[in-house]
Amino acid sequence: MLTAVILVPVIGALAAALVPSRASVIRGIALGAVLIELALSAVVFVGLDRGVSGFQMVERADWIGAFGIQYLVGVDGLSAPLVLLNGILGLAAVLASWRIEHRVREYFMWLLVLQAAVMGVFVSLDLILFFIFWELELIPMFFLISRWGTGRCEYSAMKFLVYTFLGSAFMFAAIIALYFSAPGPERTFDMTVLMGRELAALIVPAGLIFTGFLIAFAVKLPMFPLHTWLPDAHTDAPTAVSVMLAGVLLKMGGYGLIRINAGLFPEQMQQAAPALAAIAVIGVLYGAFIVMRQSDLKRLVAYSSVSHMGFVVLGVASLGGTGADLSGVGLSGAAMQLFTHGTITGLLFVVVGQVYDRAHTRHIPDMGGMMGRMPLIGASFVLAGLASLGLPLTSGFVAELLVFLGTFRAYPWATGLAAFGVVLAAGYILWTVQRTMFGPRLARWEGLRDATAVDAGAIAVLLIPIFVVGIYPKLLTDVFESGLADIMARF
Amino acid sequence: MGIEARDLYLLSPEIALTALALLVVALDLVVRNRAVQTAVAVAGLAAPIALTVVLWADVGSRPEAAFSGSLVVDQFALFFKLLIAGVLALVLLASRDTLGRFRYQAEFVGLAMLSAAGLMLLAAAGDLVTIYVSLELASLPIVALAAFIRGQVRSVEAGMKYLVLSAVSSATLLMGFAWLYGATGSVQVVGVEGAAPPIIQMIGTGDPAVPFGSFALMVGIVLSLAGFGFKLSMVPFHMWTPDVYEGAPTPVAAFLAVASKAAAFAVVLRVLYTALGLDELSADWTVLIAILAAVTMSVGNIVAVIQRNFKRLLGYSAIAHAGYMLIGVAAFAGRAQEPGDASLGSSSVLFYLGGYAAMNLAAFFVVTVVVNRTGDESVAGLAGLGQRAPWAAAVLAIALVSLTGIPPTVGFMGKLFLFQAAINADLMWLALLGAVNSVVSAYYYLNVVRVMYLREAESPDAERVAVGPTAGVALAVTTAGVLLLGVWPNGLLEVARNAVQTLL
Repeated sequence: MLTAVILVPVIGALAAALVPSRASVIRGIALGAVLIELALSAVVFVGLDRGVSGFQMVERADWIGAFGIQYLVGVDGLSAPLVLLNGILGLAAVLASWRIEHRVREYFMWLLVLQAAVMGVFVSLDLILFFIFWELELIPMFFLISRWGTGRCEYSAMKFLVYTFLGSAFMFAAIIALYFSAPGPERTFDMTVLMGRELAALIVPAGLIFTGFLIAFAVKLPMFPLHTWLPDAHTDAPTAVSVMLAGVLLKMGGYGLIRINAGLFPEQMQQAAPALAAIAVIGVLYGAFIVMRQSDLKRLVAYSSVSHMGFVVLGVASLGGTGADLSGVGLSGAAMQLFTHGTITGLLFVVVGQVYDRAHTRHIPDMGGMMGRMPLIGASFVLAGLASLGLPLTSGFVAELLVFLGTFRAYPWATGLAAFGVVLAAGYILWTVQRTMFGPRLARWEGLRDATAVDAGAIAVLLIPIFVVGIYPKLLTDVFESGLADIMARF
Repeated sequence: MGIEARDLYLLSPEIALTALALLVVALDLVVRNRAVQTAVAVAGLAAPIALTVVLWADVGSRPEAAFSGSLVVDQFALFFKLLIAGVLALVLLASRDTLGRFRYQAEFVGLAMLSAAGLMLLAAAGDLVTIYVSLELASLPIVALAAFIRGQVRSVEAGMKYLVLSAVSSATLLMGFAWLYGATGSVQVVGVEGAAPPIIQMIGTGDPAVPFGSFALMVGIVLSLAGFGFKLSMVPFHMWTPDVYEGAPTPVAAFLAVASKAAAFAVVLRVLYTALGLDELSADWTVLIAILAAVTMSVGNIVAVIQRNFKRLLGYSAIAHAGYMLIGVAAFAGRAQEPGDASLGSSSVLFYLGGYAAMNLAAFFVVTVVVNRTGDESVAGLAGLGQRAPWAAAVLAIALVSLTGIPPTVGFMGKLFLFQAAINADLMWLALLGAVNSVVSAYYYLNVVRVMYLREAESPDAERVAVGPTAGVALAVTTAGVLLLGVWPNGLLEVARNAVQTLL
C-alpha cells in the first residue's frame, strides 16, 4: 500500500516524461496521477486503526544487508495525516500549475518526483531510507525554482539547495553515529527499534547527535535564524512550487523534529526545550514584525510562514521545562499546526498566484479594490487570511489553541509573547486584505477576470479541509493523539 | 628462485595486455582502417579482463606470491586489475572520434595499454622495487600521451610538467624506499610465506616515544607517502593535476583521473595496511592521513568553485575526491572492537573507487564528445547543452549529481560507506568535514548543471552535438553504473569486502 503511495507519482512522472504527446495530455497524466495519489493517501488515512498505537501497514525488505539497511515503510497517527496532506497539496499544486506553458513535460515530471520524495520522507521508518528521500527532494526543487521561477530564481534555487544540503550534512553524520552506538549485531537504522532503545553507550555524546538532527530540521522548518533561504525561495518559485514548499516541505522539518528529535532522544529534548521555546518565540515575533514591512505579497506570505512555524517549535518545546506538558496536548498542537498551516498557507499561495497571473504584479501598494472584479478569488483570500490568523471554526484556531494550552504551564511568559504573535497576525492579515482586495476600485484592474473552474478547483481542494478540521477537529486530533502516544510514553 | 609456470600464469593479465599493445602498434603497419584498429584494441582487452576473472576464481581468498614475493596476486590486486582494464576499455570506446584525429592513433592506444599494464602491476606489487618499477612503467607512457597533441603548446606543457614533477616524486619515493630498506634490511612489503612483513618484525625493538618506533622508519614512511601523494593528487602534491588535465587530451585526463588514481590507492592501502598495519604504527599514520584527507578535500573543493575551464574544474574535483577516499584510508579500524569492522575503511575505498570510475568517466566522456565537436572547454561553453545534446547533457547532469553525493546515485552510497567507516574509527570530525565539503561541491557541480539547462547557447545556431555510437555505448555503461550502483550497491560492496580480506 505505502509502496504504491510512493510509486504512483513516480510512475506518473515517468509517463509524463516518456509518453510523446501534447501539453494538454501531459497535464491530464499529471492530474490523473495526483488524483490516484490523493485517493491512495485518503485510503491510508481512513484505513489507519486509531484504536492502537504503533506503526501500521508496515512493509519491510532487506536492502543493503551488509549494514542492515532496510526498505522499511509504515505509518502511524503522526504520519498518516501528513500523507493525506501531501495528497491534497499534490492535487492543488497540479491545478495551480494548469497555466504553465514553458516546458510542460519536464515541469510536471519534477513536480511529481517531488511529491513522491516527500511521501517517502513521511513513511520511511529506516533512517537511511528517510535520509535518501530527504535528499531526493533537492534536485526537483532546484530545477523547479530555477527554471520556472521568476526574479532572482537561480540565486534562490542555489540558496535553497545549499542551505538544505548543509543541514542534511549534519543529519547524515548524526544518523551514522547513532548506528554505530550499539554493539555489532544490534546495530540498526530501524527507527521502530531505535525508539524503544535506551541510548546509553553512544560513541558520540547523545547531545551532539541530537544537535545534528536538530540543525537539519531547523533549516527545513525553518527555525530562526536559519530561515533566510525561505523568503527568497518562496518569492521566486512558481506558484505550485510555493504551495508544495510551504505545504509539505516545511512539514518535513516539523515531522523530523517530532519523530526523531522527540521520539528518539526524549532526555535531550527535555534539556533543549527551554532554548527551543525561546527560539520559537523569537521566530513567531520576528516573522510577524517582518511581515508588516513587506510590500511583495508572496514574500509577505513567506514570512508569515516563518512566524507560524514558530508555533510548531513552541508546541514541541512544551515537552520540557518545569511544568512540562506530559499530556501531549502541546505536541498534538504542533502536529496539528503542521497540517493546518499546510492547507492554509497552501491556499494563500494559490490565491496569490492567481492574483499575480491576472494583475501581473505582487506589489501591494499597486493593488486595491480587486474584490469587486474577482469576488471568488477575493473571498478565498479573505477566508485563507482569517484561517491564518486563527479564527474559530477554521483549522488554524484549533492548532494554535492546543499549542498555547500545552505550553502555558511550562512557559507562561513565552506563551504570552507568542500569543501576541497571533495579534500581530490578525493585524497584518487584515491590513493586507484591506490594501489588496478592498478599497476604491481602480481603473487598471477593470479587465481582471475571476477564477476559472480549474482555479476554483484548486481553491476548493484546500478550503474544504480548513473548514472540516476547523468545525470537527476530533477528526485529526484523535489520529495525532494515537500516533503521539508512543512518543509521549517516553517522557 | 627460478621462474615457474605458475608465476607466468599469475602474471598473465599483464602479459596479455602488453602483447596486445605490441599487436596494436604492429597492426597499424598492415591495416590502415582506423575502425578495425579500434575494434581490435577494444575486443583484445577482453583477454586480460577474462584472465583476471579466471584468476579471481582461482586464487580465492588465499593470496599467492609470484616471482618469490615480488608480486602478490590476491583478490585485492585482481579487483584493481579488473577496474583498470575496464576503465581503459571504456576510455578507448568513448574517445574513438578524438583518437581518429591523431596521426599516430595506434601508438596512442599502445602507450595507454602499456601504462595500464604498469598500473596493474602496481596493484600486485609485493616489494618496494616492484612498486618503483611499475610506477615508472605506468608514468612514462603518460608523459608521451599528455603531450600527444604536438602542435598545441598546452599539451606539450602538460607533458613536460608531468615528466618533471613525476621525476621529482619518483626521486622522493626512492629516497623513502632507501630509508625503509636501510632501517629494515628488506624490500618486502608483504611478508613472504606467512611471515610478518619486515617493518612489523622490527617494531618490537622500537622506541615508543618516537613516531613509528624509529626516526629512520619515520623518514622513510613520510618520504614514501610524499611520493605516492603525487599519484593520488593529494595536497600538497596536487599542483600538477589541473594543469595536466587541462592540457592533455581529454581521454588521457580521464585515464589519469581514474585508473592512475585507483592504482595509487591500491599501493597506498597495501603499504599502510599490510606493512604498517600494527596498532603501534597505525596510531601514527592514521592521524597523518586524516589531516591530509581533510586538507586535500577542502583545498580541492574550495579552489574548484572559482574554475572557469571545465577540465580544470574536473581536475580540482579529482583532488577533492582523492581527499574523500583518503578518509577511508584513515579509517583504519585496527582498534575496532567488533569483528568485521576492521575492513570497513579499506572496503569503502574500493567501493568508492568503483563508483568514482563510473561517475567521473561519464563526466569526462561528455567532455570528450562535446569538446571534440566544439573545441570550447569553458563551463560557459556548455550553455544550452540541454537542447543541443539532450542525452549527453542528461548523462553529465547525472554524473555531476553523483559526484556531489546526492541519492539515488553511487556517489551517495560511496560517501555513506566512507563516512560510516570514518565514524566507526572515531573520526567523527572528518566525516562531518567530508559532508560539509559535499555542500561546497554542490555549488560548483550544480552550477554546471544550471549552465547546461538554464543558459541559452551564445549563438542561436550553435551546433547540435552528436554522440557517436561507440561513445554512446561508453556513456550508457557508465551512466547505468552510476544509477544501478546507487540503488543496488550490494554486489560491488560484497566484492570490495572480499577483496580487502587479504590486506589485513
